[in-house]
Order: sequence, then structure tokens, then C-alpha cells
Amino acid sequence: MPALPPIRPEDERCAAKDGPHGAFDPRGEPEGPALFGYLLRLGDDSLILGQRLGEWCGHAPSVEVDLSLANMALDLIGQATHFLNRAGEVEGKGRDGDRLAFHRDVLDYRNCWLVEQPNGDFAQTMARQLFFSTWQKLLCARLVSSAEPTIAGVAEKAVKEVTYHQELAAQWVIRLGDGTEESRRRIEDGLAWNWRFVPELFEMDDLASFMAERGIGVDLAAMRPDYDAQIAAVLAEATLEPPADQRPILGGRRGHHSEHLGHLLAAMQFLPRTYPDAVW
Amino acid sequence: MNDWPLWEVFVRSKGGMAHRHVGSVHAPDAEIALRHARDTYTRRMEGVSLWVVPSASIVASDPGQDASMFDPAADKVYRHPTFYDIPEGITHI
Repeated sequence: MPALPPIRPEDERCAAKDGPHGAFDPRGEPEGPALFGYLLRLGDDSLILGQRLGEWCGHAPSVEVDLSLANMALDLIGQATHFLNRAGEVEGKGRDGDRLAFHRDVLDYRNCWLVEQPNGDFAQTMARQLFFSTWQKLLCARLVSSAEPTIAGVAEKAVKEVTYHQELAAQWVIRLGDGTEESRRRIEDGLAWNWRFVPELFEMDDLASFMAERGIGVDLAAMRPDYDAQIAAVLAEATLEPPADQRPILGGRRGHHSEHLGHLLAAMQFLPRTYPDAVW
Repeated sequence: MNDWPLWEVFVRSKGGMAHRHVGSVHAPDAEIALRHARDTYTRRMEGVSLWVVPSASIVASDPGQDASMFDPAADKVYRHPTFYDIPEGITHI
């Protein structure tokens, strides 16, 4: 049996440069994989929640609520378009936002778990919206001074949209909580369902820390006190108790998702994958 | 929702213009009515200001009294300010 070739000095140098196999190394230039990954997180959050809200179209409790939900969905998909188009530029492999949205597999999505959760009933949808929009409002308010001009520009526009989303969700949570016995039970269930996905929003992993150090991203953990105070104020007005803490579920930022995301992508990506030449 | 009251919606298209009636929305209360009006009637930059008024608060003329309410105005042409010669150069008329 032939012996394996000897390991040469140049092989060792090459291995040292690549780092441990499969490990994520963000210590490169920001105009590279790290920034690409960060833009995917921002874009995928908006894209997936936009798609989820779009599922309500034609099914909402009234035509006015139908329009409210569709308007929010379109705001979010607009944000996603900008973030993902920029991600494609940074990546430099000729992919645009549409390509990233419709021809990327579930393990390559970097959204948080909260946005991919099923709509449930109207109360569960509004609980999810309150948790997400309160966070996104705090995030966008800080991203307006991002060192990455596209992120700063999108955040400046988005902060107005998201402020409205947060207010609308808060108004509905207050009415459902301080409403009938049934509406109260439903919003309590909706808040409890979504609460375990909130800690992930504030997770500072290597990529998030690296982006914050570079002035491109923000210190998410530092937003938590403001977040808790704003959620508490809404729940107090809704005469609701904060949900009991549950074991946090993490991993969306690294491509680990619930089973729900695959089903969402199957519906969202079916047409462009089946008919790649389809145009508006 | 069938049990939500109806609200009339008025939109001011730009500063200095009057609010104009554009339609109605259902909503459980005034605050949500304003948001429904925003989402239904100003999503294409139609307005800079919104009013919502409970439809039940509108006092309307009785269609059965059309004849006595409106017909008498039909032959009063002298009420139209069209019998004056306006001098050249007068603006803002």
C-alpha cells in the first residue's frame, strides 16, 4: 500500500492560514464574509417576517386589518430588498437580492427564530409583532449611524416604518389583553408562545461583536434594558403579566431553524425555482 | 368585523387644503379607526392629515325632503356672482 505523501512546510503554512476546518473566522476585512453574513441577518429577518405577514392577505379579521398586515409585510420586504441587494454586492458572486431570497436553501438563512414562527391566530401574530418590532425599532435607531452607508440609509427609512409597526402591535396587544375573556386568553397564549425566541434577538456572537466593534453593527445586549422597559409598559397597559421565562432557543443566526422555515420557503420559492425565467 | 362601529374618514391632501371625505372604515375605537384610515386611505401618499368621525355622529338631510330643501335654489340665478364686469388685471378672484 503506497504511503501518504509527507506533509511539507508549505502545506503547514496553508493549513495555518485557513484556520480550523469549518470554523467561522470573522477577523477578515469587513468587506467580506463577515459583512455579507451581517447583511443576511438583517435582510432575512425582514424577508421572513414579511412573508409570514403576507400569509394573512385575504384571511384577516376585517378588510382594514388585512390592509394593515399587508402594509407591514410590504415595508419589511422593501427593507429586505435593500439589505439583500447590498449583501449580493458585498459577496461579489453576481447574486442580487432576488437570487438570495429565492434560490437559497433553508440552512443558509440567517434570520432569528421569532420571525419564522407560524402566524397562529391574530393574537399570536400581534404578540410576535410586538416582540419583533420593539426590537427592530431599537436596532434601526442605532443603525442610522452605522459605518456601512447602505445599512445606515435603510435604517433611516425603516425606523419610521418600524415605529408604526410597533405602535400598531402595541395597540392591539393592549386591546386584546384588556378586552374579553377570550381575547385575553388568546393574547396570553400568543405571548407565551413567542417569548422563548426573544433572547436570541440580543445574542452577541462573534459576528455580531465583530460588526459592533467596527461600528457597522450595534451592541444588541445593551438594548435589552430599553426593550424590557418598553414591553413591560405595553403589558401593564394591557393588564397582562409578563410571560414566564422559558429556556431560550438560539441558533437561527448560524442556520439552525425550526421546521416552520422550510415550509415557508417552499411556498415562497416555489415559483421562481420552478419557472426560473418568470418575470413580472 | 360586523360588530365594529363605522367611522367616516377625511384626508387633507396637503397643507392649506381642506380635509375631504374619502370613505369609511370599521374599527373598535377612535385610535384604531385612525390607524385603519391611515392603512386604507393614505398608503399611496394621499395625505398629510387625517380625521375620523363616528358615522353615527353625522347628521344628514332627509332624502324625502329633497324637494323643499334643494329645489327652491334652482331658479335663483341672481345668487351667482356672474353679473359683474371684472376689470383687467384683477387677480385672486
